[in-house]
Amino acid sequence: MISFRSFVVRPSSKLLFFPKHVPRQYGKSVFSKTSAYYEQISSNPIRMASTTSTRMMGSSMPESRKRAKRGEYSQLESDDISHFSNLLGKHRVITNESEIEGYNVDWLRAIKGQSRLVLRPKNTNEVSKIMTYCYERNLAVVPQGGNTGIAGGGIAVHDEIVISTSLMNQIVDVDEWSGILVCQSGCVLETLNEHLSQYDLIVPLDLGAKESCQLGGNVSTNAGGLRVLRYGSLHSSVVGCEVVLADGTILDCMNTMKKDNTGYHLKHLFIGSEGTLGIVTKVAIQCPPKPKAVNLAFVGINNFQNVLETFRLAKRDLGEVLSACEYLDQETLSAVFENLQLKSPIESSFPFYMMIETSGSNGKHDEEKLSMFLEKAMSKEFVADGTIASQPSHIKNIWNIRERFPEALLKDGHLTVYDFSIPLESFNEMVEETRSHLGPLAKRVTGFGHLGDGNLHLNVTMEEFNPATLAKAEPFVYNYVAQRKGSISSEHGLGSIKRDYIYHSKSPQAVSYMRELKRLLDPKGILNPYKVIPNK
Amino acid sequence: MAMRALVGCKRVIDYAVKVRVKPDKTGVVIDGVKHSMNPFDEIAVEEAVRMKEKKLVSEIVAVSCGPAQCQETLRTAMAMGADKAIHVEIPAKEFELVQPIHIAKILAKLATDVKADVVILGKQAIDDDCNQTAQMTAAFLDWPQAVFAAKIEKDGDSLAVTREIDGGTETIKVNVPAVISADLRLNEPRYATLPNIMKAKKKPMEKKTAKDLGVDLTPRIQVISVEDPPVREAGQKVDDVDQLITKLKGLGRI
Repeated sequence: MISFRSFVVRPSSKLLFFPKHVPRQYGKSVFSKTSAYYEQISSNPIRMASTTSTRMMGSSMPESRKRAKRGEYSQLESDDISHFSNLLGKHRVITNESEIEGYNVDWLRAIKGQSRLVLRPKNTNEVSKIMTYCYERNLAVVPQGGNTGIAGGGIAVHDEIVISTSLMNQIVDVDEWSGILVCQSGCVLETLNEHLSQYDLIVPLDLGAKESCQLGGNVSTNAGGLRVLRYGSLHSSVVGCEVVLADGTILDCMNTMKKDNTGYHLKHLFIGSEGTLGIVTKVAIQCPPKPKAVNLAFVGINNFQNVLETFRLAKRDLGEVLSACEYLDQETLSAVFENLQLKSPIESSFPFYMMIETSGSNGKHDEEKLSMFLEKAMSKEFVADGTIASQPSHIKNIWNIRERFPEALLKDGHLTVYDFSIPLESFNEMVEETRSHLGPLAKRVTGFGHLGDGNLHLNVTMEEFNPATLAKAEPFVYNYVAQRKGSISSEHGLGSIKRDYIYHSKSPQAVSYMRELKRLLDPKGILNPYKVIPNK
Repeated sequence: MAMRALVGCKRVIDYAVKVRVKPDKTGVVIDGVKHSMNPFDEIAVEEAVRMKEKKLVSEIVAVSCGPAQCQETLRTAMAMGADKAIHVEIPAKEFELVQPIHIAKILAKLATDVKADVVILGKQAIDDDCNQTAQMTAAFLDWPQAVFAAKIEKDGDSLAVTREIDGGTETIKVNVPAVISADLRLNEPRYATLPNIMKAKKKPMEKKTAKDLGVDLTPRIQVISVEDPPVREAGQKVDDVDQLITKLKGLGRI
């Protein structure tokens, strides 16, 4: 029974074409409600726009976003489900469609997967047994952590089995002297922070998704976040990991020492390979001491040149206490007022704003440093106005504004986020050029990002999804980045939607060696297929 | 109208901080823990500043009682717009046993000394949740009180205060001088701007002691123990209503 609602409907209420190439071998009628090509559209107009699967809009979609052709993997059979139920118990094997739905949609509600089975192992052994079986049976899998990624890396493209690490949430050990934390990969970041606070330690990364994201997923994507400027990337803070390979082998790269130069550093292969080389099951990570004093300045700036000057001055005058440096433009803040009704920390509006955070062991020292820096920045007229927060509640409120940017922009209707590393001087130019290039095709084009790391988040919003907008934006934005020898994905990874652009930032030789490594570690290609490395 | 406002600011553990009980159960951990202005007092200061912008108030005096660090709280109040501050210094140990009744006596004395026309306080502090200081201060001064204020407007020579009450809101006319306590919806406090933060460093701050004001801080209570609330037990899942009934009967609940 097809309900009218199971087709995507444009506001003119014209039915879209029914793609003739929808294959019938899924064992289910394509008219069934849960056929992945068609969304269940609720009557909420915002959801209607944002849940439009970007995959089914036909030929006007950029190639990179179309669903890849299904690989030659086996089909899931009831024997497989019985096997897993015997292994994990029936409560940790999910086949119910409505329960699976959450695992099949990404956070931006732009990508919908077609998985029909979710497994929830509790420990490394179970993961190993699952993979051994899947390898034998030639069943494709997709590892999934907190499902907070926005490149589609954790969502099944076809019917890959979702292996969720959510139940692998045990903290194994915290060494109070070295500060090294060992835990399973399903631990939620914020939970780790809470546990570590009794040792006066913190996790070295901080992202808006911290109350949902899991450490394994963070490691697999080499997540960046707000504090890379201060604590470095996961390549420097992860000291060891345990990984399950495609054939079920448990690869022990665990190490709890800060320094270890014995042989090739295999663990780095798994940091950032987005679950395509192995499933991270345990992590050992170096945790820094919890700062005793945190201060946050939110300042308004009149032009982009002054943003750069302020940043340079901050690096010089705040030095070792500088722990975060973010920038945003007026359009981003407008989205926050309009869509989330959050107040700006400063009254007047400016074309640009910055958030500069200091963390240190002496509050008085840091506050003085920050005040002096701000006085200097104001007297040199780099900064026009601003506020300093030292109260944790105020700091939390101001960071909250930053962490909710994607949410605010998503409420415009549909949001596409680009994540680029480009020279600092080009940040604003890129935003403005993209805005004029897209013209009326976009509702809002905004820029914000980790200025301290040279990482721009370029955002394009639309009131309702329009493939023409994406087609015009890509490859324009990717070409712009490639011309400046930048990275087309700074921290979000390639996932499923950006892998075709890998050549914009990596040489063909490099990519071919990546393929060799993948072949070595996953000869059958069952581990998170259709991701990261493009088809030849 | 041009009133003088006395605004109380209490320095409390910041509400974003996780409070921990001391192992000896005599109190909560205060050392090294971030403190800030009580959120309801921030609202009170903000309201005083708004009233000054509307020319209802001509001068704002902020007051805080407690250890030396209260001066930071007062600087914040001045950065938001208070004109001057009074710090009633009470050493930390002594301050632990100070109660609203002591503070109310101090505020009443100060209100008379500075010739305040209106005393604006937060409705309660987030550490003790007493909700008594404003009411007691009004009683000591024998002034009218308008507590849980959600809106303050001029009404001739008096004030019309809309208060939050159980059934909704109530608007009362209050003669000046009066004591008002600020509730959550009164306003959203501003962040102090940089120029104001710098100006605040030069605003005058007076230091006094409870003795100067003739207030006796002898404790009237004794803390016996401070403990964490009991840990929440895990729930139990049942398969159907019959099992639920059996379990409830087994626990003697029905």
